[in-house]
Amino acid sequence: MKESIHHQVILRVVAKILLPYILLFALYVQFHGDFSPGGGFQAGVIFAAGIILYTLIFGIEQAYRAIDPRIFEVLLALGVCLYAGVGVWALVSGGNFLDYSVLAHDPVHGQHLGILLIELGVGLTVTAVMVSIFFAFVSRGGR
Amino acid sequence: MISQHLPILQIVVPLLAAPLCVLLRQRHAVWAFALGVCWASFGVALALLLRVMNDGPLVYELGGWAAPWGIVYRLDPLGGIVLLIVSGVAALVLVFAPRVLDQEIPADKHYLFFAAFLLCMTGLLGITITGDIFNVFVFLEISSLSAYVLISMGADRRALLAAYRYLVMGTIGSTFILIGIGLAYMMTGTLNMADLAARLGDVHETRTIRAAFAFLTVGVSIKLALFPLHVWLPNAYTYAPSMVTAFLAATATKVSCYLLLRLVFTVFGVPLVFDEMRLAAVFMPLALMAIFVASTVAIFQTNVKRLLAYSSVAQIGYLVLAFGFASQAGVTACVIHLFNHALMKGALFLALGCVAFRIGSVDLEDLRGLGRRMPWIAALIVIGGLNLIGVPLTAGFISKWYLVMAALEQREYWPVAVAMLFSSLLAVAYVWRIVEVLYMQPPRPSDLQSDQREAPVPLSMVAPTTVMTLGTVVLGVYPTFTVQVAQRAAEFLLGVAA
Repeated sequence: MKESIHHQVILRVVAKILLPYILLFALYVQFHGDFSPGGGFQAGVIFAAGIILYTLIFGIEQAYRAIDPRIFEVLLALGVCLYAGVGVWALVSGGNFLDYSVLAHDPVHGQHLGILLIELGVGLTVTAVMVSIFFAFVSRGGR
Repeated sequence: MISQHLPILQIVVPLLAAPLCVLLRQRHAVWAFALGVCWASFGVALALLLRVMNDGPLVYELGGWAAPWGIVYRLDPLGGIVLLIVSGVAALVLVFAPRVLDQEIPADKHYLFFAAFLLCMTGLLGITITGDIFNVFVFLEISSLSAYVLISMGADRRALLAAYRYLVMGTIGSTFILIGIGLAYMMTGTLNMADLAARLGDVHETRTIRAAFAFLTVGVSIKLALFPLHVWLPNAYTYAPSMVTAFLAATATKVSCYLLLRLVFTVFGVPLVFDEMRLAAVFMPLALMAIFVASTVAIFQTNVKRLLAYSSVAQIGYLVLAFGFASQAGVTACVIHLFNHALMKGALFLALGCVAFRIGSVDLEDLRGLGRRMPWIAALIVIGGLNLIGVPLTAGFISKWYLVMAALEQREYWPVAVAMLFSSLLAVAYVWRIVEVLYMQPPRPSDLQSDQREAPVPLSMVAPTTVMTLGTVVLGVYPTFTVQVAQRAAEFLLGVAA
């Protein structure tokens, strides 16, 4: 079963071609989320789906070689820290928690900056959690 | 400046600390950090309680968005006392933690354990402080999911199954709560609790609102472990790591009880709940059955942790009974017992943690002659037991006293008062079983030999246990603090206070 998927040339080639676009699209959904449908959660899921696709096609060992799995534990914590950190930043700048208006001189810019950073935090955490859960299942008994 | 942001700091500090624990990794550093955070939370909770007692309710707008649109945190004396319970118990339990965790949980998982612990605490605090009903659901999920993780980390393999059962039951409960919130939102278009209460007046006779209330009540009852929805509780408490049992027993069900009080008295209101829906007719019999059935089952347990878990189910019965009186005296008694029971059960489970640490078991069989082997801990267990019975000079007596007074206030409830007094005899029976094993039976010779080899229980574990147990005695002798707070809480909850 495992062997057979490694010999699927078409799958491997197509996946390799698609992968950069999947990741790029995730980033587009992430950073264009304040003007069009999307945002951190969706972007995180798409980004994680890219990594999961890679693992499915090329196997878990290859995936571990490409990305150190320990980084996801750090990322999932960092995402939450970024989110809450922006809130605390607003607190320190004299507003209420998560009041983005005080983050820049112009309230509109502040709102923009705030939502961008918060969504980035969401994106990081969602990606890391999805991949961590997937790796936890895949690596069961293997490692 | 900082004082106006205290309500949000109560939540954000432990929430932010949880991922920082994951980044820190080194287990001693993580423990020290989590300990600092919990004591800071306790300080914040104390400051908040003093403020709401003096100045009345506090409101905090998240992101600067005003009430019905944005999420607000709203704190009154009832919320204040529950915050104090959660953060205080967490702070004491973390002092207790390091040595017992070394024994129970693999060292490389400690940082994840503390992260989950802080998240659980965040969730419980969040439910208590928020004024937005959907926010309640979110925090409920945060606390429940991390509680499942914490329970599953128990050394016994049955902990996994217990956590899984709790997960299934808890998820059903959460889903019911979400459905209830959804139905209420459908009819009113608002999620803010104060706004919801105001708008429910126009639509309270619709079937949708009644269904919403039914779903919410059943959902909360599962989380509260109200008989007969308590089946997840005994196993979860028995197999969880010692400090998790102490923490959850003292806080999780108390926060659920808080949620019940909040939903009934603040959101849905007494006329809808007690006059139209006749909730008392359902809850009173269930509460009495909880007291009698669970106490009787407790008498026949051989594992002391499980015995106390069943006793918890019975004590929840008293809480619901007091709630069912729907009077100011009833709510006062409920809040007093909420606080006292958190202390006494926390203390008892911590004492059992000390026992398990030393002799590696909490089966009655193995506790023989413990009065001679661990005199101080055995004495603390006895004080805890006296609390459960409700002997004068303990906090348990104050609880029972106010409960009986609340029952006698309404003439038709005098049989309930009699039943409550009678139920104390059942408590005497299960406490006596422990006392008899501790003091009346001689220790096994093999145990006495092994005592000489093993190190005694460290001070870091004995001290928090002692503080909590003596706390119940102090509050039994000088109950002014609890009674005053509980009376204020009841006044605000029933809208008597100006």
